[in-house]
Amino acid sequence: MAATTDIKQLRIATRNCGFIDPESLDDYIAVRGYEALAKALTMTPAEVVEIIKVAGLRGRGGGGFPTGVKWGIALSNAADQKYIVCNADEGDPGAFMDRAVLEGDPHSVVEAMAIGGYAIGATLGAVYIRAEYPLAIKRLRKAIDDARAMGLLGKNIFGSGFDFDIEIKYGAGAFVCGEETALIKSMEGHRGEPVSKPPFPAQSGYWAKPTIVNNVETFANIPAIIIKGADWFSSIGTATSKGTKVFALAGKIVNVGLIEVPMGTTLREVIFDIGGGCPDGKEFKAVQTGGPSGGALANKDLDVAIDYESLIARKSMMGSGGMVVMDEDDCMVSVAKFFLDFTMDETCGKCTPCRIGSKRLYEILDKITKGHGTKADLARLKSLSDSIKDTALCGLGQTMPNPILSTMDTFGHEYEAHVTQKKCPAHVCTAMLTYTINPAKCTGCTLCTKVCPVECISGTKKQPHVIDASKCIKCGACYDKCKFDSIIKM
Amino acid sequence: MSTIASLDALRARREDILARQKARNGKIVINVSLATCSIAAGGKVALEAMQDEVALNGIANVEFMQSGCMTFCYAEPTVEITLPGKAPVVFGGVDEAKARELVTEYVMKGEPVEGIIPVTYERVVL
Ligand SMILES: Cc1cc2nc3c(=O)[nH]c(=O)nc-3n(C[C@H](O)[C@H](O)[C@H](O)COP(=O)(O)O)c2cc1C
Ligand code: SF4
Ligand code: SF4
Ligand code: SF4
Ligand code: FES
Repeated sequence: MAATTDIKQLRIATRNCGFIDPESLDDYIAVRGYEALAKALTMTPAEVVEIIKVAGLRGRGGGGFPTGVKWGIALSNAADQKYIVCNADEGDPGAFMDRAVLEGDPHSVVEAMAIGGYAIGATLGAVYIRAEYPLAIKRLRKAIDDARAMGLLGKNIFGSGFDFDIEIKYGAGAFVCGEETALIKSMEGHRGEPVSKPPFPAQSGYWAKPTIVNNVETFANIPAIIIKGADWFSSIGTATSKGTKVFALAGKIVNVGLIEVPMGTTLREVIFDIGGGCPDGKEFKAVQTGGPSGGALANKDLDVAIDYESLIARKSMMGSGGMVVMDEDDCMVSVAKFFLDFTMDETCGKCTPCRIGSKRLYEILDKITKGHGTKADLARLKSLSDSIKDTALCGLGQTMPNPILSTMDTFGHEYEAHVTQKKCPAHVCTAMLTYTINPAKCTGCTLCTKVCPVECISGTKKQPHVIDASKCIKCGACYDKCKFDSIIKM
Repeated sequence: MSTIASLDALRARREDILARQKARNGKIVINVSLATCSIAAGGKVALEAMQDEVALNGIANVEFMQSGCMTFCYAEPTVEITLPGKAPVVFGGVDEAKARELVTEYVMKGEPVEGIIPVTYERVVL
């Protein structure tokens, strides 16, 4: 555990996680639960929208669209029925912020959805949640049932005349279903395929009615804003990004876990002061923010104050909050390949640039990591990435090239080394590795011969040994075993 | 149970709950994180071990509660213990042995036990 004495974190969205019993409505009421809803119901819907606008809250699901502005659009679109939807699909690999909020403080989301419903004029809400989150579903369901039993959902809430109820919809387990138009299609019972915008859901969404889709964490901030005020919230953060952001720290980091920091906190503070740096004294190399849609930030970016704009300026993005940390042992070409493998699997196939482009990008990366890449492949990666960005229909395809573009930008020399010298500088791409024994150091202890699974190391006792490169399968067992540092991995 | 039909009714109920919680002040409160992550790491084992150890030692004034994610994945399972009149302390890496030790050492004697997770955040309380 790292010695962190400075208080760098500020918990707003996760204010109750770990402190109250998520299955107890009374525990939530004790921390002023449902007071924000009661307060909102004494205002006009336009006043509620205005507070969220002035607070400067922006969507925490990735896009960062101003929540109050979006609510205002839905409010001004008259309709006999409107809907408010909570996006709890959380498909970004390595992200679990929304799960933690729903498992630790489900009532805050229920209350916020009712506030949002009142603000835009919706009497029905739905939570679209991935079926892989059974405990979150159970606690959310209990929260909704308990709130309904107490009259905090249902007809005439707080005697205000406002009716509101929430149902739960189960996700189909595809990453693209987190995209709001695909999510709405999926809720309607269709295939979860995105449709082009406009019209935006706030104009025409679920069953062609004005629909607001917001992320779990976005909602979790709302009761705090209503109770503590827009000015309080907007005093936290940077000029363009207010409040805090929850991140899930994963990968090569000592303090793996959830953190919540004010916007404007630097990456250095997140990775080193809070995260404790990389384990085993390894050197920090990069951090992927924004998951498969984002990019890798490196040493040169450590002093960037995190907000929506600064991350985009660095060819990454805020995303929903996954942060995967990489150390000196990670190969950036392989990292890009990992994310492309993910998007290639998750493309819905509706449009060609994404369906076929993801496969081609993956193939080129695969070829490079196997030692068959050429300089022309690097140029193709770049131009294909650029055209996919410009032509894909939805956010999944448009952002899919980001992991490639950002790693090529910052770690271009690594790509070069793979294609020109046929070397993987981080010694990850096995096809390009060779194991040899340094005769000057080898004591002939024979230990390596006992672990080699293909018996390709030979030599007499107390004499330098040799590896038969034609048989070596590059498993690295000898390298790990040798006590004399005589095996060279190149 | 009647419903909460007005802001006043909500406030009254809150006062009731707070009064009940105050009555808990003289008690030892053991809060075990039981989210997906913590359960996978053995949170329920920790809870059962502590309940068992509390019973074995006949400690009467303990109240157990569950909460969600305490956010310290690297130190799961985590348990927060509040001794009467003292600040809550969060312990990490609470396997079965550590759970029993927390009861016999920290709860019964107030002796420090390894694995304390420092408070590195400020929290908004509404
Ligand atoms: C491929 C893809 C996946 C997405 N997955 C999620 C998700 O899992 N959760 C989420 O809240 N938003 C996700 N989004 C963003 C949503 O489309 C939408 O912008 C968001 O839910 C709006 O809520 P917010 O304004 O509160 O962020 C995804 C977008 C794309 C393009
Ligand atoms: S960009 Fe990809 S995921 Fe999005 S609609 Fe096109 S094929 Fe589907
Ligand atoms: S383990 Fe190392 S020192 Fe021993 S024989 Fe093998 S290479 Fe030589
Ligand atoms: S890397 Fe594996 S296969 Fe190759 S020599 Fe060492 S132990 Fe044998
Ligand atoms: S997600 Fe809860 S401690 Fe890891």
